[in-house]
Amino acid sequence: MLEAIVFYIFSAVMVAAAVMVIFARNPVHSVLFLILCFFNAAGLFVLMGAEFLAMILVVVYVGAVAVLFLFVVMMLDVDFVALREGYAKYLPVGAAVGVVLAAELVFVLAPWAFSASVPEAIAIPIPDPGQIHNTRALGLVLYDDYAYVFQASGLILLVAMVGAIVLTLREREGVKRQSIARQVARTRAEGTETVAVKSRQGVDV
Amino acid sequence: MGNILLTGAIEIGKILLVVVPLLVSVAMLTYFERKVIGAIQLRKGPNVVGPFGLLQPFADALKLLTKETIVPTGANRVVFMMAPMLTLLLSLVAWAVIPFGYGLVLADINVGVLYLFAISSLGVYGIIMAGWASNSKYAFLGAMRSAAQMVSYEVSIGFVIITVLLCVGSLNLSDIVMAQKTVWFAIPLFPMFVIFFVSALAETNRSPFDLPEGESEIVAGYFVEYSSMSFAMFFLGEYAAMILMSGMTTILFLGGWLPPFDMAPFNWIPGLVWFALKTAACLFVFLWVRATMPRYRYDQLMRLGWKVFLPFSLFWVVLTAGVLVYTGWIPR
Repeated sequence: MLEAIVFYIFSAVMVAAAVMVIFARNPVHSVLFLILCFFNAAGLFVLMGAEFLAMILVVVYVGAVAVLFLFVVMMLDVDFVALREGYAKYLPVGAAVGVVLAAELVFVLAPWAFSASVPEAIAIPIPDPGQIHNTRALGLVLYDDYAYVFQASGLILLVAMVGAIVLTLREREGVKRQSIARQVARTRAEGTETVAVKSRQGVDV
Repeated sequence: MGNILLTGAIEIGKILLVVVPLLVSVAMLTYFERKVIGAIQLRKGPNVVGPFGLLQPFADALKLLTKETIVPTGANRVVFMMAPMLTLLLSLVAWAVIPFGYGLVLADINVGVLYLFAISSLGVYGIIMAGWASNSKYAFLGAMRSAAQMVSYEVSIGFVIITVLLCVGSLNLSDIVMAQKTVWFAIPLFPMFVIFFVSALAETNRSPFDLPEGESEIVAGYFVEYSSMSFAMFFLGEYAAMILMSGMTTILFLGGWLPPFDMAPFNWIPGLVWFALKTAACLFVFLWVRATMPRYRYDQLMRLGWKVFLPFSLFWVVLTAGVLVYTGWIPR
């Protein structure tokens, strides 16, 4: 009873926040609504007993990805009037895409049925939550059963990261950089020099 | 129905039992800070209001309460008012999973450490929202600095937490404390303890990493435009976050509520007192650092986070894992 009420609260807020992401006039408000949406998704995970996934969702998406989103959106100098200019022009195209997607969804959902193997698949892999909590269960699946696939996906992400850095890296000339190692390694002998200055002659520096 | 109401009332009572002493400790921490810094600088610190100046923080709170709340004209009102509330809220909800003694915890959840990590990584939102909603250059600059800083140091905090988890084999905070029965993790994992503490300084925006506030260049950073109670909420949130980080250090490295030696005079003292003493010791170091160190330059701060702490903590994760597997000490 209580769980059902909490479930409906979380889902209602989540759907409302998701709608507001699209309809908010200010992009910063959109991102804030997106964060609210993530939070409620995490709440739904907790309700289902998947507390590890819930926490990871908050740490990764809310704590890191959304911060960067917010960062970029705040720094961008978006002209809201210009953004709305082409609204009428693009509306038919957008509507057409939406209608096609909706029609496809209907075609998929109308003859919806579980395949014969689904009941077996549901029955097998889930251990009793009392015996093994989901952090351990996830770890067993990721690092024991699918270790190589996991490593491969890690490599793919690494390649993507290297690619992004290579694409955006540019060497600028005339930038002064501090080299801490060189500063620390400097001795008094190379840094200073004692000169006996003769009167009215000065020194060459 | 009456049953639900009763359990609800009991839970609320428990929450108040945590929150009220916490808020009092925040007040006492501001007093303690001024006294410690006063002593280090050969001054007396607050000594007028109440005996030994003990009532000074309450006088300050009253003063702030009676002041006028000013919202700048160009500010985004809703976000502007939400930011301090969020900061305070986040620093309070984290205490739900902190074990004060054996079984003395509001919610003994399985993923306690992750919960703390998640909550502390959210602290940046209060600051970014405040900086953006104030519609002021100084506030915005402070918020940007703070966001970059907190995201950078979170990575090394994550690695430190992973190292501790490798030695414990559980994400539950009570399990982490109980795993330190023989030796506190501060001894075998000493370098990680240092990294965690320095990162905690950066995460809570304390000196020497208090660039987001940097009063010499950007006035007061993200809360320039705040006054009265909204300012007080930021202040409360910041100090509660300091206490929380000290509590986390205590739990992860200093054996939580466990006495230093499990023998006669030490284990007469209840665990709660040990926990409070250790947390207070960490807090003292926070203040000591503030009174001693000059502020970091921004590029040096980023260099320390990304080029020193990150590789080093990653190396220690691999080393710890290797040692644990090689010696067969890895917990099952």
